[in-house]
Amino acid sequence: MEETKKFHERITTDGYTLVLPQGLRKKSFEILNETAFPTTKTEAWKYTRTTRISNGTFQLVKPEINSVSDYLIEGLQGNVLVFVNGFYQAELSIIKDTKGLLVSPLTETTQEWINAHSNQQVQLEGEVFNALNTAFTTDGVSIEIAKNAIIKEPIQLIYVTTGTAVLSSVRNIIVANENSDATIVMGYYGERADSNFTNVVTEIKVKQNASLSIHKIQHENNTNFHINTETVSQDRDSRFSLSTSTFSGAIVRNNVYVHVDGENAETNLYGLYLTDEKQLVDNHTVIDHKVPNCNSNELYKGVLDGQSTGVFNGKVFVREQAQKINAFQSNGNVLLSDNASMNSKPELEIYADDVKCSHGSTTGQIDEEAIFYLRARGISEKSAKSLMINGFVGEVVEQISNEIIREHITKLMAKKLGYSFE
Amino acid sequence: MAYTENELAKDLQNQEYKFGFVTNIEADQAPKGLNEDIIRFISAKKNEPEWLLEYRLNAFKTWLQMTEPEWAHVHYEKPNFQDIIYYSAPKQKKKYESWDDVEPELKETMKKLGISMDEQQRLTGTNVAVDFVMDSVSVATSFKAKLNELGIIFCSFSDAVQEHPELVKKYMGTVVPHTDNFYAALNSAVFTDGSFCYIPKGVRCPMELSTYFRINEGGTGQFERTLVVADEGAYVSYLEGCTAPQRDENQLHAAVVELIALDNAEIKYSTVQNWYPGDAEGKGGVFNFVTKRGLCEKNAKISWTQVETGSAVTWKYPSCILKGENSIGEFYSVAVTNNYQQADTGTKMIHLGKNTKSTIISKGISAGKSHNSYRGLVQIHKNAANARNFSQCDSLLMGDTCGAHTFPYIECKNSSAKIEHEATTSKIGEDQIFYCLQRGISEEKAISLIVNGYCKEVLNQLPMEFAVEAQKLLAISLEGSVG
Repeated sequence: MEETKKFHERITTDGYTLVLPQGLRKKSFEILNETAFPTTKTEAWKYTRTTRISNGTFQLVKPEINSVSDYLIEGLQGNVLVFVNGFYQAELSIIKDTKGLLVSPLTETTQEWINAHSNQQVQLEGEVFNALNTAFTTDGVSIEIAKNAIIKEPIQLIYVTTGTAVLSSVRNIIVANENSDATIVMGYYGERADSNFTNVVTEIKVKQNASLSIHKIQHENNTNFHINTETVSQDRDSRFSLSTSTFSGAIVRNNVYVHVDGENAETNLYGLYLTDEKQLVDNHTVIDHKVPNCNSNELYKGVLDGQSTGVFNGKVFVREQAQKINAFQSNGNVLLSDNASMNSKPELEIYADDVKCSHGSTTGQIDEEAIFYLRARGISEKSAKSLMINGFVGEVVEQISNEIIREHITKLMAKKLGYSFE
Repeated sequence: MAYTENELAKDLQNQEYKFGFVTNIEADQAPKGLNEDIIRFISAKKNEPEWLLEYRLNAFKTWLQMTEPEWAHVHYEKPNFQDIIYYSAPKQKKKYESWDDVEPELKETMKKLGISMDEQQRLTGTNVAVDFVMDSVSVATSFKAKLNELGIIFCSFSDAVQEHPELVKKYMGTVVPHTDNFYAALNSAVFTDGSFCYIPKGVRCPMELSTYFRINEGGTGQFERTLVVADEGAYVSYLEGCTAPQRDENQLHAAVVELIALDNAEIKYSTVQNWYPGDAEGKGGVFNFVTKRGLCEKNAKISWTQVETGSAVTWKYPSCILKGENSIGEFYSVAVTNNYQQADTGTKMIHLGKNTKSTIISKGISAGKSHNSYRGLVQIHKNAANARNFSQCDSLLMGDTCGAHTFPYIECKNSSAKIEHEATTSKIGEDQIFYCLQRGISEEKAISLIVNGYCKEVLNQLPMEFAVEAQKLLAISLEGSVG
């Protein structure tokens, strides 16, 4: 469409290497020229306006920053890869020789590997942001965990956006081979950033009996836009967990697509969003059960303040042959302000009969009686509220099994909500 | 060997639709097709005032610019709107003066359908006033005189237009405007009859009011309109039932129901929908595309109860607009689909006023190759402080070729509101059946027991006479499994 065409033509790419295969990029441009930006009439974007992004003019800018010490998680000893505005920063990254682990920026990955693993399940047709990502990817990470390898130290990926009206286009490709085990932390941060747009696509393949945990932290401050798509495919006996913790961002949209292709797989999706000011946080998840005997579990919780808007749209598909599926989905929200709003749409689409599927959604406020109880015991109103909120969203944080990462997210949470506990 | 699921599926397929007969009665029809002349023809037939014709033509103009909605989770061949007869009435020489004047064929039809219009023969205590609508027009209304004493107006929509035009003009289209959606616009343009009911201030209607809808002629569509107004402090319980003959074609039923509950009023609206669902191969059946909505003023209450067993395709969302403070909306639904039936049904609760409450209980049962979807909206507006909603949508699957889906939309813009939604999907537990078998209850009886228990919360909301009928209907719909 005209608007999309103009939008991508405004992005200048002079002098930068774009890493994805030429043919794929060409196709993406063709799709961009034919596809309009989603509007609120588009069912999947019913509550999220993208005009602030589509009206913008974004540039690819390769800057340098001096330090990422603010974003490093203390206590983690593993590999660290730093990307600024979608470009790899070698001097800030720490690559250690780890047995059974291949980790490098895409710009340093062989073309064969990229060709073999990119765009396996990323939907380009009709998806403006995925096509945009494919057309403009400057870098990202490639991770391959070897068969039987157990990577003890979590891999830290730090993505910083800085400057004004900058587009960061990041593609991550993660392959967890048979019987492997790994944990990855992806942190997205903003540094002196204004009206920047980060557009990420992460492709994840979890092979037989592999175990993969990914923890996403979204903290780019409230003037930047962030759109994040994950496509996951799971083979039999695999375990996959994804936690998404959103603290800031003007528009944050997460699209998670999990294709459960193998039997006896387990999928866990957790989400936590704390919003204020005029933030909009939109979590979309699709779990597609194609085969029998699988479990999936979803828990998303949010606290909304100011004039912020929250959206949750979770969909569980159980295909015709997929008997004996247990799928649970839960979304809980607390509104702290009368100007905040929450839209929740938990969906089930079920074509098999021998299943146990349920979903629940609640929207409410902090229990006044509980606050009274605490205040009667000499706890200030502020502390009482903090305690209650902490307890409410704490349920999500508790699901993070790595203690160091859990502590880190708890700290970020306390900072955002303005309280501290010893 | 115990009664297996396959046997159940077979029994379900072979069950018969018991209301599939056709009444041989001469009909007065409009030619096929839809254009301004047809609308003028209908309007002239019904001797309507100019404003109503204007309203129809306006709606028709709006309809021409609309496209058929496609968002529902149903697949069907779209009806050809030029291939439908929009007006068909059983031929009658003159208006019936009394019950005795009614043609014997019609009386026979009612008898077959189990409707008793004979006021004398009724047992005291089970009073139900009935308005019988066949194809396009209201045929007979009982208990008129008794209701008149209390000032209650209960008559066909056409009579209301003639006798109480001021009321009709004041309320018609206020809850479901002709611009609302594709089928509401179509209905507003071509509606032929329906029921009208007005309960004056402070009156508690002493009996159940009931409308029975029946499609008889082939090639016709049924487009009726129901308007129920409960003035301040009034109470009414209203029932609606529907059937149609067995035909290979898909007949269209596009109705509009508007409820208006003024301050402190209460309306209870119950539906037992049993349109012809099509045969076991999915051939024929009624397309049921209905717009139902109620408006609650201060302290008012509207309660929708529906038992949906018929229709090839159902597209229906009885809604409540909770405008006044402290108003209450309720929705209780059992939707059963079998063979190739498809249902996309649910409710909308729009909370506008303070302290408004809503409850949604939806039970879906899918069998055969059918698809049953719950689609609902709970919307809490900014000023709806302390609004409260509870929703529960359960689905029961029988057989591995059917589908059950849930699409709830929950939108909250007020921080003092409390919303809860829960939904489950499962099949009848093997342990439950085992428990029954152990106690000497046959598998078939056990399934019946479990299904009845599953729907109990909804069936309990129905008026007594209807609850019995609904239970029977459930049994017929799932015959072979429910005793």
